[in-house]
Amino acid sequence: MVALATPRTLSVTLRVWRQAGPGQPGKFVDYPAKDLSPNMSFLELLDVVNDGLTLQGGEPIAFAHDCREGICGTCSCTINGKPHGPGQGIATCQLYLRTFRDGDVIVVEPFRARAFPVVKDLVTDRTAFDRIQQAGGFITARAGSAPEANALPVPKGDADLAMDAAQCIGCGACVAACKNASAMLFVAAKVSHLGLLPQGQAERDRRVLAMVATMDSLGFGGCSNQYECSAACPKLISHDFIARLNRDYLTASLRATFQPEPAGGGGAG
Amino acid sequence: MQPVVSLFTSSIGRKFLMAATGLVLILFVIGHLVGNLQIFEHPDKINGYAHFLQSLGPALWVARIVLLGCVIIHVWAATVLTLESRRARGGEPYAVKTWLQATFASRYMRWTGYVVLAFICYHLAQFTLGVAQTGTFKANLPPYTMQADYRVLGFTVVRAGAVVQDVRSMVVLGFQNVVVAVFYLIAVGLLSLHLLHGADSLFQTFGWRNARWSRALRAVVTAGCAAYFLGNLAIPGAVLAGVLQPLAPAATQVVGH
Ligand code: FES
Repeated sequence: MVALATPRTLSVTLRVWRQAGPGQPGKFVDYPAKDLSPNMSFLELLDVVNDGLTLQGGEPIAFAHDCREGICGTCSCTINGKPHGPGQGIATCQLYLRTFRDGDVIVVEPFRARAFPVVKDLVTDRTAFDRIQQAGGFITARAGSAPEANALPVPKGDADLAMDAAQCIGCGACVAACKNASAMLFVAAKVSHLGLLPQGQAERDRRVLAMVATMDSLGFGGCSNQYECSAACPKLISHDFIARLNRDYLTASLRATFQPEPAGGGGAG
Repeated sequence: MQPVVSLFTSSIGRKFLMAATGLVLILFVIGHLVGNLQIFEHPDKINGYAHFLQSLGPALWVARIVLLGCVIIHVWAATVLTLESRRARGGEPYAVKTWLQATFASRYMRWTGYVVLAFICYHLAQFTLGVAQTGTFKANLPPYTMQADYRVLGFTVVRAGAVVQDVRSMVVLGFQNVVVAVFYLIAVGLLSLHLLHGADSLFQTFGWRNARWSRALRAVVTAGCAAYFLGNLAIPGAVLAGVLQPLAPAATQVVGH
């Protein structure tokens, strides 16, 4: 039989941010958790701690989660100072207890940014991302029957790049990791994934201008080119998309400024 | 809002302003250093060069105003971005803060910026306005008589025999003050660190950077900053080491025979 590399069980202490509601003062509370399976996911660990709390009549720790397989972007905590915790290219739900050592104290905090106010404990309100999406993260398409799949040729390179950008699950780790709470990586991914494809050209300029304006108005900070965002991104989206966003924004601004004015009046004089 | 206006009021627009003014200032400091390295040649060179710059009149003022404007815009954009970022981060700080991949230089841009700004003020007070170290200010030193023509692009701009200010001695005497020389070295060291992040960053801000050549860019920027620092180190270093000596007042006359 092959010996397991990891110990059979481990015990850790969770130091969790508890906050009763929006705008209320919060504090860290320690929760020891004993004899855990190392193959348990971090969210399962929170479930176990919450079961214990419920049995003791305490208030369970509120945390956001949905798919638990790294595709929805709902789970969001900063674990030991890194959004989604140690490891690269994973969401909190894909973090396993075997990453930690027996006896570790694990500090769990909500994503912190003014644009993501805490709702309760580890749950933050990330509606701001939806607002940015609504400002331009869409294309105009003919509704009705599905079009012929190959009617619109897309170069392979563009398709691959668009897919890289489209991997963004909108979790907000980029904002949480950035010292400026900047949403540039999110906006860059959304702008690029549509802007790289022929279907996204009609609204391309309007999209980048509107999404950046909305990002600014919602109180996200600017980019200092430290690339903490791409290091924290569970989908490892490259900060090269931020460079592309900057370029797109500059050209869209210039084009919008120097575009001739439409004559108007519908041609009747 | 007019897009051209939003270019200057949006966060990305302000980043463009930072990058563009930063680029102008980078080009200036490189040119400034290359010009100053003439101090290692015959005294005619640096003194002729300084006289030539002074003689440019209105052009000199245009350059000064453009540079001052760049500094003001650069500092203004940095201030606004910093305040916005601070507000964006929110009231509650993280209990645990780790850096993931931010470079050392990038984490201290504000602090290196402060020191560089203080340095620029002192530098102007010392060498341009003469309000610091007045005793060794060029206007208060014996003048220097050019022994050969000083040429720029093949044109003679300062003739032999012209009596000009002795900038060379001002610099050498100024840096004989160890405190001033050390402050200068620290400041240019921090400026080089500032440029290490700044020069790399401006390519990202203009969208001229990607994984294909970001390593090469980083290497070029690092080498450039190291060269810039060594070039700046050379002048006060040579003064402190005694390699560069002031011209004895009489020596000017003797050589001038
Ligand atoms: S719960 Fe869906 S990504 Fe983690």
